[in-house]
Amino acid sequence: MAGSPALSEPTGWRAWLLSAEPHSRWQARLGRFYLGWRSFTRNPLAVVGLAIVLLLILVALFANYIAPYSPIVGGDLRTQRLLPPSETFWLGTDDQARDIFSRIVYGSRITLFVVVLVSIIATPIGLLVGTVSGYLGGWVDTVLMRITDIFLAFPRLVLALAFVAALGPGIENAVIAIAITSWPPYARIARAETLMIRNSDFIAAVKLQGASTPRIIFGHVIPLCLSSVIVRVTLDMAGIILTAAGLGFLGLGAQPPQPEWGAMVATGRNYLIDQWWVAAMPGIAIFVVSLGFNLLGDGLRDVLDPKAAK
Amino acid sequence: MASSIATGSGGHDALRFYLTKTAQFILVLATTLLGLIAVTFFIGRVVPIDPVLAIVGDRAPPQVYARVRQELGLDLPLIQQFWIYLKKAVVGDFGNSVLTTNPVMTDIKNAFPATFELATLGTLIGTLIGVPLGVLAAVKRGSLLDQFVRFIGLAGYSIPIFWLGLMSLLLFYAKLGWVPGPGRIDVAYSYLYTPVTNIVLLDTAMQGQWDAFWDAASHIVLPACLLGYFSLAYISRMTRSFMLNELAQEYVIAARVKGLSEMRVIWRHALRNAAVPLITVIALSYANLLEGSVLTETVFAWPGLGQYITNSLQNADMNAVLGGTLVIGTAFVVLNLVSDLLYRLLDPRTR
Repeated sequence: MAGSPALSEPTGWRAWLLSAEPHSRWQARLGRFYLGWRSFTRNPLAVVGLAIVLLLILVALFANYIAPYSPIVGGDLRTQRLLPPSETFWLGTDDQARDIFSRIVYGSRITLFVVVLVSIIATPIGLLVGTVSGYLGGWVDTVLMRITDIFLAFPRLVLALAFVAALGPGIENAVIAIAITSWPPYARIARAETLMIRNSDFIAAVKLQGASTPRIIFGHVIPLCLSSVIVRVTLDMAGIILTAAGLGFLGLGAQPPQPEWGAMVATGRNYLIDQWWVAAMPGIAIFVVSLGFNLLGDGLRDVLDPKAAK
Repeated sequence: MASSIATGSGGHDALRFYLTKTAQFILVLATTLLGLIAVTFFIGRVVPIDPVLAIVGDRAPPQVYARVRQELGLDLPLIQQFWIYLKKAVVGDFGNSVLTTNPVMTDIKNAFPATFELATLGTLIGTLIGVPLGVLAAVKRGSLLDQFVRFIGLAGYSIPIFWLGLMSLLLFYAKLGWVPGPGRIDVAYSYLYTPVTNIVLLDTAMQGQWDAFWDAASHIVLPACLLGYFSLAYISRMTRSFMLNELAQEYVIAARVKGLSEMRVIWRHALRNAAVPLITVIALSYANLLEGSVLTETVFAWPGLGQYITNSLQNADMNAVLGGTLVIGTAFVVLNLVSDLLYRLLDPRTR
């Protein structure tokens, strides 16, 4: 992927991308993106992380083509229960005679659903609270940050447990519970960035032009906070997956017969000693995917937020 | 925050500074705990379970239903209900558990020492191994050891704790037979000592029941190592980054120029300065382990707070769930704030 090192002057489209005098905003943006991409691909682990995440997305999209069997309906209960990994059942079968590989493949949809939904809910809340708090300052800042601190001080899994207990088990409620406990760090980061942006000259210029406060926050402050928050969200995704899997393991996430990886490990627990693959395989899937998000997050941080990298 | 107060150097100013800090600390603690109680109260109200029905049953006449509803205070305005809840929560009255019929606080008092024992041992293992590993990784930056520490850290952030627990049970208990199975102590030993502190290792050792002590120790070693690993992953990574920061400082060069041995420069000078933020990290990892024990205790059938909460959850025992959440939450909040306070007290630069 990483193009051959430019020994001579770049030519063709690369010259266009690396031009010191871009002719349009688009050219400048693409050029910056290209530079970021180049420094990202210089980190092999980050590329591995990206590959794992892309693989997860592809598997989730094409689950019906990849999975050889149904994830819900099992085979013959007399002859196909708890079979070890073989050529017909790559990762073995579970207690309902269902193919574990097919269930893991379909389970990627649930994992992706949780990650995407939690980020979609938590990121805007964090961004909004953080930027409003940082930009307005004063008592608004004090109140919002106090609330953020309260939520930040909560133990995440235990609070999610209590929320799910109240709302009833299920994947949607697990998503809500995790989202409620994950926005505070984003608010803190967005506020810190806003405090730095707030007093810059260009904000003063926009203000003199008569821009309203919402316009400044939405049009000028939030776009500049985005990259740090995105890095943090990516780094958090592994934690989101692990929390969701933990809730599933305790029977509070996706309900059977849905192929949620954490719940699959919980089933395998009953057959741990003699049929180890039932618990082991879905756990490996959770591990690989969260590792992928961690590697990707580390790589993105090095590119987008060099200050925080160490 | 208010660093401008401490510009004077007189004893009077210093005293005033500490008083302000303490007052601030208490205020933050109080608001956070109030928030925590408010959240659990709110959760308790949105539960789809009708607490009156749970007591009187669905065939009770309306008068009985109304009376119980009144006795539970559910006819009062919400804010008044919260006030009553708050007053009870402050003195540790969370009502009775439906499952065990004991007051929730009694159950928690029985379960907490088990969690405390496990989390403390885990943090101890994580600190004793994690700090030296992190220091060595920073000193030999880019070496094989450094890569190894990085890998341990990454794996620790990515492996589901409950899965690693199951796999370690499979390996060390089922296949190798090195450790006994889940549980806290073998039934045969459980009547040999009287629970005083409910910390089994302490109780058995103090009463001289060494057979029981070794049995309890063999039970705790696997879950403690598991929690220790997760705390190690975090502590070693942070130690490495703090040490890299310190080793780049000028005083390290000065110490080397002075001719101090490398051992002394690293362990006495650099580590000592890295120790202040490290205390915060260790306290945070301790708080995380208290929480992480929820999943570990389920895997190892460890009779602690985490298992109590999950058991109550599966039986829709809301009083117990909220009481347990509040206790773990309080421990978490206090540990967080204490670590923050320690940081400010120990690091003169933050004054």
